[in-house]
Amino acid sequence: MEEGPVSIELEPAAPGSGKWTGALLEVRDLSVTFQSDDGPVHAVSSISFDLEDNETLGIVGESGSGKSVTSMAILGLLPRQAMVTGSVKLRGRELVGLSDRAMQPVRGKSVAMVFQDALTALNPVYTVGNQIGEAIKVHDDVSDQELRDRVRNLLEIVGIPNPAERADQYPHEYSGGMRQRAMIAMSIANEPEVLIADEPTTALDVTIQAQVLEVLERIQDRTKSSIILITHDLGVVAGVADRVLVMYAGRQVELATVDELFYNPRHPYARGLLASLPRVDGRRDARLNRIIGQPPSLIAIPSGCAFHPRCNDAKLPSPCQTDRPELREIAVGHLSACHFAEDLPKLSTSDLAADESSEDGSVG
Amino acid sequence: MRTEGNIGGVEPSPLGSPVGAEPMSTLSIAEPEPVPRSQWQLFRRRFLRHRLAVAGGLVLILLIVVCFGAKYFAFYDKNQQNLLLGPTSPSKEHWMGTDEIGRDTMTEILYAGQISLKIGLAVALVSTVVGTVIGAMAGYFGRFMDQLLMRFTDLFLVVPAIAVLAIAIKFFHDTPFDQTTVIIFVLAGLGWMYIARVVRGQVLSLKEKEFVEAARASGASSARIIFRHILPNCIGPILVNATLSIAAAIVTESTLSFLGFGVQPPATSWGNMLSAAEGNYNQNTHLLYFPGIMILLTVLCVNFFGDGLRDGFDPQAKH
Amino acid sequence: MLTYAARRVLYSIPVILVASFLLFAAVRATFDPTARLAQSRDPQVQQRERERLGLTDPILVQYGDWLKGAVHGDLGQSSASREDVSAMISRSMGNTLQLIVIGALVSAVIAIGIGVYSAVRQYSALDYVFTGLSYIGVAMPPFWFGLLAIEFFVVQHRWLLSVGLHTGDSTSFDLDYVKHLVLPVATLCVQIIASWSRYERASMLDALSADYVRTARAKGVPRRKVILKHALRNALIPFVTVVALDFGALFGGLIITENIFAIGGMGRLFYNAILVGDVYVVQAWMIIVAVFIIMFNLLADLIYGVLDPRIRLS
Repeated sequence: MEEGPVSIELEPAAPGSGKWTGALLEVRDLSVTFQSDDGPVHAVSSISFDLEDNETLGIVGESGSGKSVTSMAILGLLPRQAMVTGSVKLRGRELVGLSDRAMQPVRGKSVAMVFQDALTALNPVYTVGNQIGEAIKVHDDVSDQELRDRVRNLLEIVGIPNPAERADQYPHEYSGGMRQRAMIAMSIANEPEVLIADEPTTALDVTIQAQVLEVLERIQDRTKSSIILITHDLGVVAGVADRVLVMYAGRQVELATVDELFYNPRHPYARGLLASLPRVDGRRDARLNRIIGQPPSLIAIPSGCAFHPRCNDAKLPSPCQTDRPELREIAVGHLSACHFAEDLPKLSTSDLAADESSEDGSVG
Repeated sequence: MRTEGNIGGVEPSPLGSPVGAEPMSTLSIAEPEPVPRSQWQLFRRRFLRHRLAVAGGLVLILLIVVCFGAKYFAFYDKNQQNLLLGPTSPSKEHWMGTDEIGRDTMTEILYAGQISLKIGLAVALVSTVVGTVIGAMAGYFGRFMDQLLMRFTDLFLVVPAIAVLAIAIKFFHDTPFDQTTVIIFVLAGLGWMYIARVVRGQVLSLKEKEFVEAARASGASSARIIFRHILPNCIGPILVNATLSIAAAIVTESTLSFLGFGVQPPATSWGNMLSAAEGNYNQNTHLLYFPGIMILLTVLCVNFFGDGLRDGFDPQAKH
Repeated sequence: MLTYAARRVLYSIPVILVASFLLFAAVRATFDPTARLAQSRDPQVQQRERERLGLTDPILVQYGDWLKGAVHGDLGQSSASREDVSAMISRSMGNTLQLIVIGALVSAVIAIGIGVYSAVRQYSALDYVFTGLSYIGVAMPPFWFGLLAIEFFVVQHRWLLSVGLHTGDSTSFDLDYVKHLVLPVATLCVQIIASWSRYERASMLDALSADYVRTARAKGVPRRKVILKHALRNALIPFVTVVALDFGALFGGLIITENIFAIGGMGRLFYNAILVGDVYVVQAWMIIVAVFIIMFNLLADLIYGVLDPRIRLS
């Protein structure tokens, strides 16, 4: 349904053949539905995007907007009850519908994940070194000595002091920032082509956040991998992403380069997010703009444009309440799902937020 | 007297990962959204969905009515013997057969059920009331009371309950109380501790809540805060555990009676009917089956009912 | 780990002392060792006997004397048979330990097996079967299970045996022993397996939905290893606590099981002692069983420490 800049490949290359010329990761019409007692929950509806080599794509949205579910769907990690449709292609190889067994060689090897809360995401009963080593061992047949060396090396890369000793410690003996680094070390153990980082800095102090992001960037320079950075924090996205995908109620509402999005947002929701960022140069007494209301229930997504009940620019009832806006290209590489994408006034400089320095520009 | 049916309550939602499926309050207007339901409606809906719990409750009521109304429902009189008939297998005249002296087993079972059910219900009632009061005080006042309760209950973890009960019944043997009363109070004397620990835990967390602070700030007395503000909020766990303690009491009573420490002949309970039937292998096995089936049925129904209550009260639990 | 273990052992000493004193006092309050002399024509006889046994001393002194004797292996004499209580207990302990240890191991293995299967295959047909059986197992009085099992396996089919642990004077651990052992162990364990398996299923479901399991899957760890290495290992931690809590119930179950299957163990010793009011046996029994339960709890604590580094290292 999307008519983006995306060209639909007629002939996907055979899996594994090195001749693939399309994007590294192609996501098309990805939808995820759960059954609940109150009816189907549309956690993700028709998401499509490309991830290019060595690119960092930010996925932004409030909690419940479907960003984490999207990433879990890519790796096939959702519970069996989840109904996943659409297509996810890694170098032309279809991942949706693969069995657990068939996905195993992909997970942690080609596509790896960094999870939000490293305290719960690391197994409390095994040492950090054991858990990083496991990531290597499941994909690679290595000797014990080599395994130890590689684990130590990985811990060193992410900046953990005394890596040899630290490898033998348990997650609860690490500080929050160190745990997150260990988590990253684990995810890059096999130099994956795609690294999905799901809110990697949310649980951390601001200073530690910056360090962790710095580690991610350094790794990307080293391994040339592509990163999908999932966050509710526009400040984080501004600092590291090349392009940004904005999600609302499981739908994609805007996709643009980071500069385009910050200076020329074409969806009222994205504009609302930007306007709610605190400004470093702002007047002390200036009140933060905020988006009124609450994110909708995914069981009862509002008709038409899901955002219309909270939108200041909505034309009611028609079309915003009656017609669901399609995601369409409004400028080269800039997609928006708003009926009035072109008509929105340009964001005035006073509405504009300071970008890089806005650490607390969270929207969740 | 740990209520066995009480464990395994933690069942994660089938969705597993957080997907934002919880209905959130929205400010939007004119949208079709789940109708807000009252606490009671939610409870009723969840409870009724639990078909086994409903069935369990109905069977339980039926059992209580039939046993306590045995005078009207039983086909024969209590203790009506027929020595010429002797033991017979189930037949049209005697649905559950007869025993050695020709008494109708079904009639005997209904009358025995009076004692078994009476003990089960009374133990649950007494231990719930005592346990709730002590648990609430320990949780609310903390310190000494709390320490005392916790250490005291710890102590009972290191001795087999059945042995303590046997000794305790022996202790009260020469008192003028009738045996059923003694059994009820001895079982409740051990049973209250479990409920007290549950209530204590609930009260500990509830007393930090804002509405309790507010009540305290407005000068409400401790008793008022406990009985008007805190306890109504732990009615769920209290009722669930009260229900499950009926089951535990019935099984414990039957075991004690089977061993000869509990209900003594000529009074009958399901437990000592089984005691009398022990050794009836190969012939008259119906005497071995039916009292046990009654215990099993009653306890199953109580446990199903309790599970339904738990699901109804606990919004977290899903099936 | 060593300091953790030492700390646990030290903690258990006051528990044993306090528990044993209270049990001592409770048994003394219930039974009078000189009760049978009450009918004696000479009221002095009972009084003299009381003095001889030290019953006129304060309870704490009596306890001290008893403890002193107990440490030296003297637990007094049975008021019924005049036999040394320590001899009676050591004679009974052998059979009981066989039942308890085998029972606990069998229960744990079966319960973990069922729990893991039911959690991994949640809502499968077999999961429903296990859940249904566990409801029945929990609701069924174990003694009734024992009676039905004897009726079916021994009387009707003669597959197994139901009296004692051996035929005749044999003491060897052979097929005959196994045929004797199956039903008592099953009777002792049926309720415990039912409740443990439900608990293990719940904690396994918890573990399977934990973040670290998702992490392991995201690393590409094969399903089997995710279940056994990551989920099961964590699900065993709360399981150990429940096992420890149920040792009391296991000893209580012995009173029923040994009675039904005529096994000369601690359970039967207690049963007979209660019937005749054999105060020194009851007293020693309660305290020794309490010590055993505390020691099993200690063992569970240590296993807990081995399983959970957060406990061990804190």
